[in-house]
Amino acid sequence: MIDIIQTYWLYFLVGQFPNGPLGGLALTVLLAALSLTLALPAGIALGLARVSPFRAIRWPITGLVYLVRGVPLLMVIFWAYFFLPTITGVKTEQFSTMLMALVAFNAVYLAEIVRAGIVGVARGQFESARALGLGWWRAMRWVVLPQALRSMLPSLVNQFASTIKDTSLGYIIGLTEVSFIAAQINTQVFTHATQVYLLLALTYFTLCYSLSRVAYVLEKRLNRRTAAPARVPLSIEPTTNPAA
Amino acid sequence: MIQFDNVNKWYGNYHALVDVSETIAQGEVVVVCGPSGSGKSTLIRTINRLEPIDSGTISLHGADIHARGVDVNQFRSHIGFVFQQFNLFPHLSVLQNCTLAPVALRGLKPAQARDKALALLERVGLAAKADAFPSELSGGQQQRVAIARALAMEPPVMLFDEPTSALDPEMVGEVLMVMRDLVRDGMTLVVVTHEMGFAREVAHRVLFMDQGRILERAEPHAFFNAPQHPRAKQFLADIRSPFARGD
Amino acid sequence: MPHFDLSLVLHGQYNDWLLTGLRLSLELAGTTFALALPLALVVALLRLSPNLALRTLGAAYVEGIRNVPLIAHLLFWYFGAPELLPDDLKQRLYARNAEFICATIALTLYTASFMAEDIRSGIRAIPVVQIEAGRALGFGFLQTMRRVVLPQALRVTVPPLISQTLNLWKNTSIATVIGVAEMMYEAARVETATFRSAESFAFVTAAYLGVSLVITGLGVWYHRRYPVRTA
Repeated sequence: MIDIIQTYWLYFLVGQFPNGPLGGLALTVLLAALSLTLALPAGIALGLARVSPFRAIRWPITGLVYLVRGVPLLMVIFWAYFFLPTITGVKTEQFSTMLMALVAFNAVYLAEIVRAGIVGVARGQFESARALGLGWWRAMRWVVLPQALRSMLPSLVNQFASTIKDTSLGYIIGLTEVSFIAAQINTQVFTHATQVYLLLALTYFTLCYSLSRVAYVLEKRLNRRTAAPARVPLSIEPTTNPAA
Repeated sequence: MIQFDNVNKWYGNYHALVDVSETIAQGEVVVVCGPSGSGKSTLIRTINRLEPIDSGTISLHGADIHARGVDVNQFRSHIGFVFQQFNLFPHLSVLQNCTLAPVALRGLKPAQARDKALALLERVGLAAKADAFPSELSGGQQQRVAIARALAMEPPVMLFDEPTSALDPEMVGEVLMVMRDLVRDGMTLVVVTHEMGFAREVAHRVLFMDQGRILERAEPHAFFNAPQHPRAKQFLADIRSPFARGD
Repeated sequence: MPHFDLSLVLHGQYNDWLLTGLRLSLELAGTTFALALPLALVVALLRLSPNLALRTLGAAYVEGIRNVPLIAHLLFWYFGAPELLPDDLKQRLYARNAEFICATIALTLYTASFMAEDIRSGIRAIPVVQIEAGRALGFGFLQTMRRVVLPQALRVTVPPLISQTLNLWKNTSIATVIGVAEMMYEAARVETATFRSAESFAFVTAAYLGVSLVITGLGVWYHRRYPVRTA
């Protein structure tokens, strides 16, 4: 395995850059980060729409959310990659296709995270802001959303990890992200398929596991002051001292 | 100044407010008391339309706050409301809690709002905590900040919904003292409370409610010593403990 | 702009292709579900075991599997793992439906890791005093789980499990990458044959949505019929 790493590490990390477009792990992370950043404003807007007091806003957005969540991401990618060029006449290349699909998908999932965050802020906060005379939008903007976004941070980090995994679907349309690169390496190394794919798995694991740990730490920090009733502990260990 | 005219409110089939009519004059201090579920919290929350009503009108200086198309936010910015659970904004400092509304709604410059807020915090005895966050304060301190926050909008009337019910006993006094100072300054107050001592010493009038109706209106002296309505007599007998001072 | 002719996919050869794909998608999802759920239960109990070694094993499984995308799992089990098999087993694998088998393995392991976490959360939502009450009566760990905790945990766990089932259904589409002839594969095949993506994709989208709605509906029904009851 070591010689595979030694020979192909650069290709694995950045693809053919600078002699070609960016690829590999760098592309994976860039795509994930960019799509999440672009999706965030839309996600907040959709999340607010989901809690809007106006049915005319709430219902269509709720319908949209159920629609997008009922369809596989790959389907959305295929629509963008095969169908869109037939009506726009422009052949979209892999990166922008993946980006569009991921932004659309993430906006909807972020909307749910935002909604949960808003709902999680105590009702009294919104009420006391309204009691001061602040309108619905201002009460949201200055009192509820800041608190909601703070509590959402762990979920956002987890969503980032999820998006990194979702970028792997670019493999199917030939995007040179890290899974595709791994398959390319495999065709050259041929008899060490197990090792190559284990390496790929290890890469994703390191990235996503670290992110989930960050999310965990964030969550612990946020919950520091809330005292929850005793639940089933992480392990059922004897609590009495057997020697006593 | 605040006028209830035949106000009715239902929660589903439950008749929460029954034909309530009452006038509260400027400068009056009115305490609303009664057993749990009597509708007293509901009553005070309808004044600034935190709860809607089903019939009747509630007017402030002649304008009906529950009318259709009325600018609720405009009304609310002229009414101070203090909640049982304080509801300070945890992500803002004490000072920021008090300057948020004046800057956003009255167009005050941040420096002006800051000075005014500091003066108010001084008045409630918490100027030293201006840059602290609500989580660092005790319940009594938080409630005093909540009062300062409401005062920052210079309302002509202040509403208190059981302001001391969520406090540990030793902190009740500091909040009641602040409220008494407001009375000395001539503020109109409507207070829902169980603190009978406060009612006796400070209120001009006591309203006794039960099952959605105002059953008795009297001066504190008259109410506490010689209640007329049988339900009021029952209520006062129930809350009096053998350890209470005097009568 | 080419006109939209739905009849292309509603009758005839292409319809057959798509329906075969749908059937295979459902088979893949069903088989995986039947295998993943018991596995998830085992892993969840491992993670809650009083034994440190078992707990670590459970944690390693969950973290190791779910932090790696499904495509990497599929590629590994189809291209990587068979290399490790002794020759005669490898021959037997390829003689049968290797793609489906490898896809099922990958999908089962992946789905089970998420379901295990949901089951674990459900069990942890039960107040610890319930376990204490069970142990006080004299039940061992597994018995307490079976008789006291799991029956209560079931109601809490079902909604997230429905969610995971939804994900499983959508994830079957990724099996196309190793050549499983499920619905997405057939959709692409029809598109290649007819150059008409809209009709083929519309059919497949509707199919995915339809089954998704059924699964979601099941969840809503269960929640209404068996709401969570706390003490």
